[in-house]
Amino acid sequence: MSKTLFDKVWDAHVVRKIEGGPDVLFIDRHLIHEVTSPVAFLGLKSRDTRVLYPNRTFATADHNTPTIHQDQPVADPLSANQLHMLETNSAEYGISHWGLGHQKNGIVHVVGPEYGITQPGATIVCGDSHTSTHGAFGAIAFGIGTSEVEMVLATQCIMQPKPKKMRININGKLGKMVTPKDVALFIISQLTTSGATGYFVEYAGDVFENMTMEGRMTVCNLSIEMGARGGMIAPDETTINYVKGREFSPKGEAWDKALAYYKTLKTDEGAVFDKELTFDGSSIEPMITYGTNPGMGMGISHNIPDAEQVEGGVATYEKSLGYMGFHEGDAMIGKPVDFVFVGSCTNGRIEDFRAFTSLVKGKHKADNVTAWLVPGSHIVEAQIKEEGLLAILNEAGFELRQPGCSACLAMNDDKVPAGKYAVSTSNRNFEGRQGPGARTMLASPLVAAAAAVTGVVTDPRTLIEELV
Amino acid sequence: MTKNMAYDKFNILTSTAVPLPIENVDTDQLIPARFLKATERVGFGDNLFRDWRYNPDNTPKKDFVLNDPTYTGKILVGGKNFGSGSSREHAAWSVYDYGFRCVVSSFFADIFRGNCLNVGVLPVQVSPEFSEKIFAAIFADPKTELEVNLPEQTITLLATGEKEKFEINSYKKNNMLNGFDDIDYLQSIKGEIEEFAEQLPL
Repeated sequence: MSKTLFDKVWDAHVVRKIEGGPDVLFIDRHLIHEVTSPVAFLGLKSRDTRVLYPNRTFATADHNTPTIHQDQPVADPLSANQLHMLETNSAEYGISHWGLGHQKNGIVHVVGPEYGITQPGATIVCGDSHTSTHGAFGAIAFGIGTSEVEMVLATQCIMQPKPKKMRININGKLGKMVTPKDVALFIISQLTTSGATGYFVEYAGDVFENMTMEGRMTVCNLSIEMGARGGMIAPDETTINYVKGREFSPKGEAWDKALAYYKTLKTDEGAVFDKELTFDGSSIEPMITYGTNPGMGMGISHNIPDAEQVEGGVATYEKSLGYMGFHEGDAMIGKPVDFVFVGSCTNGRIEDFRAFTSLVKGKHKADNVTAWLVPGSHIVEAQIKEEGLLAILNEAGFELRQPGCSACLAMNDDKVPAGKYAVSTSNRNFEGRQGPGARTMLASPLVAAAAAVTGVVTDPRTLIEELV
Repeated sequence: MTKNMAYDKFNILTSTAVPLPIENVDTDQLIPARFLKATERVGFGDNLFRDWRYNPDNTPKKDFVLNDPTYTGKILVGGKNFGSGSSREHAAWSVYDYGFRCVVSSFFADIFRGNCLNVGVLPVQVSPEFSEKIFAAIFADPKTELEVNLPEQTITLLATGEKEKFEINSYKKNNMLNGFDDIDYLQSIKGEIEEFAEQLPL
């Protein structure tokens, strides 16, 4: 029988099916961080249970870490305690721990792929909804709650009903300065923030085939923002070239065996999806959000729609625009910008910093803008320096911070003040997401760059002819 | 099977309800990230809906429903797409710790729904029409009682007797009725899991 990519990976990991209930799903790789794991370890202790497979779990600190002076003790006692708990729990249970200051430390969804922990055909979970990122490799990867973190630690399994399947096809040539982030924000704007709830998505078509792994990760990362538990892209040469030779990737004979398996990981001809959607890639513009969920996005040159034009209740829509201080019919171009944030598991990879740098090169940061450039890992940080991007950024008035989740969720000190506007390359524009009262506009690194040098929302296509 | 009682059993809940007719209530509203620094599961109810509930100077916002003594109860009735966003189980802990045992909505975000079921909060998905009826009934009379009957899988507006069936898989239903959790189950099949791990392709 014809199977989808998702079916193949899921079915290969079902330990047991429960009549009228969920499947018991075996998890190959488990990533943990300081925020959603401490209570899971408390649970293990109260049950007097060991970790079943400690070598399948990897710990990194990212959500609640400072992005400056990482060599110094963390000032906030609650944050310091959380980091300490991750370290001591990892040590007690024999789990690899990449804490603050460790060379491999960084955002969990950036370092996982960088070190080859992320593998095609694997099941990967983490107590973080953007675990969907790893689907870019043809893995089934999704976010879980802390109870499930405890389950995976104790039994390497979770219990999940099998989701429905959706395929999103996009073909065509992307327009000038249209990035993977724009493709994802476009899809979410079409589906709304709940349009893929209950589904696992496969992205197909030449738009995704032509993307780098970094771009595919950006797309899969944002799957959760339309409600999907995860999204995946069939592995191909691009995937295999990325995975090969990384520290935790299979080697020698194991690699040959893995490669043979990877090559089976594609949707069979004739396999059926519960839902299939098709969009034209050439119709996508650079995107920006104007509201308080990622579905409230549009082409940057458009005006904010009227309540009647959007799905959902008028009261909720008006509350959202009221929070943002925007009005129906407003143009986004020219809106004031106080902060620019480049980073996060969505856009904190080398390609994102290359894009940002290519646009700000030879220009200067606007005086009214505070810019936070936060690499996703030490590898990204080192690449920025090695490729000469840092020198260009410094010349243009930008500085680089140290790796972490930073202002994406503003658990650390990187908070956008109340009422201020931020153009962010991160993933959520919820009320208060980047700090209490902060107003977030989600966009690509190029749109962020255009805002950073002009001090207002600007279409990057009007700023320079071509990227260099 | 030995049981670890992580939460109270759920059978039939009869209660007034708190209405929150806002769509896309996200996890950052349920519990903002800056309150996720705890390393134990205590006190999260205090910060449920923190920024909708309190001004920056920590005085209560009078117009928010949790600060309105008119509306009380163990059932929270939310708008469509309740719980979207983050996987933070802290959102479900906050709901439970505040005193809600049931959330009603015409649509739930996936991870939040699963987290609720794992911590003893029953997510009850109703039709958009029944959701409207519930909101209207509560606003007309805040003393309106709802009966959430898990064995029968029904939710009833007691004043009128109008009711609707809701879905829950039989495994999770049994867990909630008995206060069981998934780890108990998974640990009971550990041998099978270890055998399975031996034959994995990777």
